[in-house]
Amino acid sequence: MIQVEGLTKDYSSRRAIEDLTFHADQGEILGFLGPNGAGKTTTMRILTGYMPPSAGKAQVAGFDVVDQSLDVRRRVGYMPETIPLYPDMTVFEYLKFMADLRRVPDVDDRVDELLDRLGLLDRAESYISNLSKGMRQRVGLAQALVHDPDVLILDEPTLGLDPVQIIEVRNLIKELGQRHTILLSTHILSEAQQVCNRVLIINKGRIVAEDTPERLQDRLTGARRISVVVSGDADGVEAVVGAVSGVTRVTGREDGKLEFETLPGADPRPEVARALVQAGYDLLEMRAIGVSLEDIFLQLTRDEPSPLEPAGDELLENELPE
Amino acid sequence: MYNVWTIAKREYSQYFSSPVAYLVAFIMLTILGVFFFSSLVIAMSPQAMQQGYVPNIDVVLWWLGLLLAILTPALTTRLLAEERRLGTIELLMTAPVKDWELVVGKWLGAFLMLVTLLAITLIYPLVLDQLISPGIDQGPMMTGYLGLVLISAALVAIGVFISSLFSNQVAAFITTLGVVIFFWLVTGLIVRVMGSMGGVSEWIRYLDISGPFNNNLLRGVLELRDLIYYLSVTALALFLGTMSVEVRRWG
Repeated sequence: MIQVEGLTKDYSSRRAIEDLTFHADQGEILGFLGPNGAGKTTTMRILTGYMPPSAGKAQVAGFDVVDQSLDVRRRVGYMPETIPLYPDMTVFEYLKFMADLRRVPDVDDRVDELLDRLGLLDRAESYISNLSKGMRQRVGLAQALVHDPDVLILDEPTLGLDPVQIIEVRNLIKELGQRHTILLSTHILSEAQQVCNRVLIINKGRIVAEDTPERLQDRLTGARRISVVVSGDADGVEAVVGAVSGVTRVTGREDGKLEFETLPGADPRPEVARALVQAGYDLLEMRAIGVSLEDIFLQLTRDEPSPLEPAGDELLENELPE
Repeated sequence: MYNVWTIAKREYSQYFSSPVAYLVAFIMLTILGVFFFSSLVIAMSPQAMQQGYVPNIDVVLWWLGLLLAILTPALTTRLLAEERRLGTIELLMTAPVKDWELVVGKWLGAFLMLVTLLAITLIYPLVLDQLISPGIDQGPMMTGYLGLVLISAALVAIGVFISSLFSNQVAAFITTLGVVIFFWLVTGLIVRVMGSMGGVSEWIRYLDISGPFNNNLLRGVLELRDLIYYLSVTALALFLGTMSVEVRRWG
């Protein structure tokens, strides 16, 4: 559905993306993971026909994004990061306008159907300026779906939502993934894990890793970080924890608090607990620290000779346990 | 063409939910009403009666032309500049709409709005027609209004082009106002000054947007070249607007 080869985009002074190559198959939810400014939005804008690339080729639904831009645009639904809404239109007017631009037949029925599906029926006559952020996000999604596109491109679809809304939107995306090919960008690892079939990690305009979320998770969190809190006199506690097999990189935080990493695949938490109690410390807390995207980047860049060197499949094959 | 119409329709209906359009209509109709009223009062004064002065419609239409020139920028400035600010330009530029359809659609919406405003002002000639016998001179009224419609087309096109260059509406407004006033008043002045000094080169006449209107159409003279003049200005500005949208894609 999406075929990208050697895609490069230069802005006047800066190279936004360099030599991106990836693909997304029919019915796949592909996650685009990276920090702000990594080139996610630029890539999406090229794929939606908003701007042409400086070099390289991209095909969406079998059409070239430059030479057959209108054909591509007919088959793509796009929700940009800042949701493009007209504040002085009602929800219904806005969706009807978008449906008209997309030449959707039976416009009114289609809009009603979408409003129903996204839980917006009672807001149909509200002005968009009066909607909450979560509602606007839904309207943005409805807009992208109005012509039932083959490919959905969603730029940070959960940005700025509250936790309940985030879950709602994620579930909706998963549901949509059964019928549409979806490319979505995010900078939240857990989101990519929950929603996507496959994840591309992009940093400074280059792909640094590509895999299923599970395998990526295994690989990246093979070393798990665990935080421990003991009460009272905590002298020597680091030595006790460090002596347990399977524990690496013990770092003391503040008084009575420390963090350690585990060897890949090992779970030394019971041994650590036992060791601490036997040594006479009062164990107050022990919990696994979620791996943030920042950790992954640190890890990825630590694994590589240079941060800009693309990792590609080679690195993955070397690193992944069989 | 369907896309042009879709965009124009939205743009047109948008004016009815924006205070700017009502403000423009209010200012235009109020000022015009005051001038109309005072020209009637002057015509009814004893001196004017003695001299056999009959008010004609070109008084109203001349002012209408000037008001159009000053107020059109207020209607056109948001057309593309606001899309840029809201980010909705991304929506339009990723919809299956060609760049020229977007630009022409925007132009058509604003143009139809101005034509609606002009239609409302028809009330003055109709009233005047009742007041004087044997009625007003139909010729200058027809060509005068044709001229106003053509001027609207040209000014709106210029406005769309300038709006496409900015994402800041204030900047777009001031630039449009400056450009329109320059081509409406300043070049006209230059033509007159140079005319009194001797030769006026032909090209500077072409820069005077108000010239064909004031010299021919207001006097009931309909010339093909004046029609072509306004239509070419419109087409050129729309072409430049399309180019500007296209160039921005490569940014």
